[in-house]
Amino acid sequence: MTDPGIPVTEDELHAYVDNELPAERRADVEAWLIAHPDDAERVQSWRAMADALHARYDQVADEAVPKRLEIERLVREPRRWVYGAIAATLLAFIAGGGTGWLARGATASPSAFQNFTLDALDAHRLYVVEVRHPVEVPGSDLTHLQQWLTKRCGWNVHAPELAAAGLKLVGGRLLPGPTGPASFFMYESASGERFTIYSAKAKGETTQMRYAAEGGDSALFWADRGVAYVVSGSSDRGRLTQIAQAVYDQMEKIDG
Amino acid sequence: MSVFRQSVEAMIPALRRYARALARDADIADDLVQDTLVRALRSERLFLGGDVRSWLYTILTNLNKNRRRSLARRPQFMPLLDNNPDASGTEAEGRDIARALATLVEEQRAVLLLVMLEGLSYREVADIQGVPIGTVMSRLARARAHVKASLEGARPVLRQVK
Repeated sequence: MTDPGIPVTEDELHAYVDNELPAERRADVEAWLIAHPDDAERVQSWRAMADALHARYDQVADEAVPKRLEIERLVREPRRWVYGAIAATLLAFIAGGGTGWLARGATASPSAFQNFTLDALDAHRLYVVEVRHPVEVPGSDLTHLQQWLTKRCGWNVHAPELAAAGLKLVGGRLLPGPTGPASFFMYESASGERFTIYSAKAKGETTQMRYAAEGGDSALFWADRGVAYVVSGSSDRGRLTQIAQAVYDQMEKIDG
Repeated sequence: MSVFRQSVEAMIPALRRYARALARDADIADDLVQDTLVRALRSERLFLGGDVRSWLYTILTNLNKNRRRSLARRPQFMPLLDNNPDASGTEAEGRDIARALATLVEEQRAVLLLVMLEGLSYREVADIQGVPIGTVMSRLARARAHVKASLEGARPVLRQVK
């Protein structure tokens, strides 16, 4: 039982209307409202506001759901997206003039390499929108981040310095990769544009750089001496290539 | 259909309502809902129990924030006249509340709609926005005062940050 003499606060009035007030305080607030017509008028206006909102927008919830929002349709969607990404990859490959990989791609069974890129793009899309927890370890704790990821991933993990490309390290996290742990770094430009670097062990392959794009997201990927890298971003191909090149050059120096 | 997909599907009407009030444009609102659903379905494996409803509202709220952030970098086109065809019998009232919502800053509009329209608790809204409950309550109080003033035709008080 609370003391009815304690003045009712503004917060309590809101909590009363929203049914967030402790039950034992409700009677006090109701007594207060009888004695304070100004507050009673405000409470009444908030209730009218809620009624107006429902009167205006409940009809939207009652409409038939448009076809493009049907779950069955959306579930089929990612499949099409996968083939779209593969097509983009093949196109980049054909433009590059190779042969061996095309033969494998033409069988339409996605290679481990393609799946790897899709995992990286998924991770990119999932985390770049994250406001509170984009990374596990912040970029300010770089030494610890690199030591931790090196220990867990099993190769010399190094977060490239991309200040020359206008990017600052937000931080990194550990993710499951196709054949073991993967390291994931996020970078941000002054305007809030985010890029990510996903890398994991690959089976001894060294490949040339390839490009895949879908919607607003694009990725550049390559493998070098047993480690595969995917640089993802929402920017244009030129910008992404510039960043990927900077990453490639630095990894080359460190390992070479 | 999995239990997860069923619970996502059951939320579509409410997500559309929230998105419409949040974005005010029917097409943009359904784009937001579609992006929310795609993201949720793609992350099905990552969803380890918990409240699907809050999670979907969180995704939609964040997507709208990102959308507005990208809009802020280029000129924004708004309809000159609000002649929304789906306004009901209480058209004038509906237009008034929509216009009042439009004058709110983003965080306040989201709090107001999540509490008053979608019926979420202060705790849930605090989790969705990633702020303490006290911040949710002060945003709600400011939003209500602002909308009240706007509906009463008073000159809207100056926009406040946070």
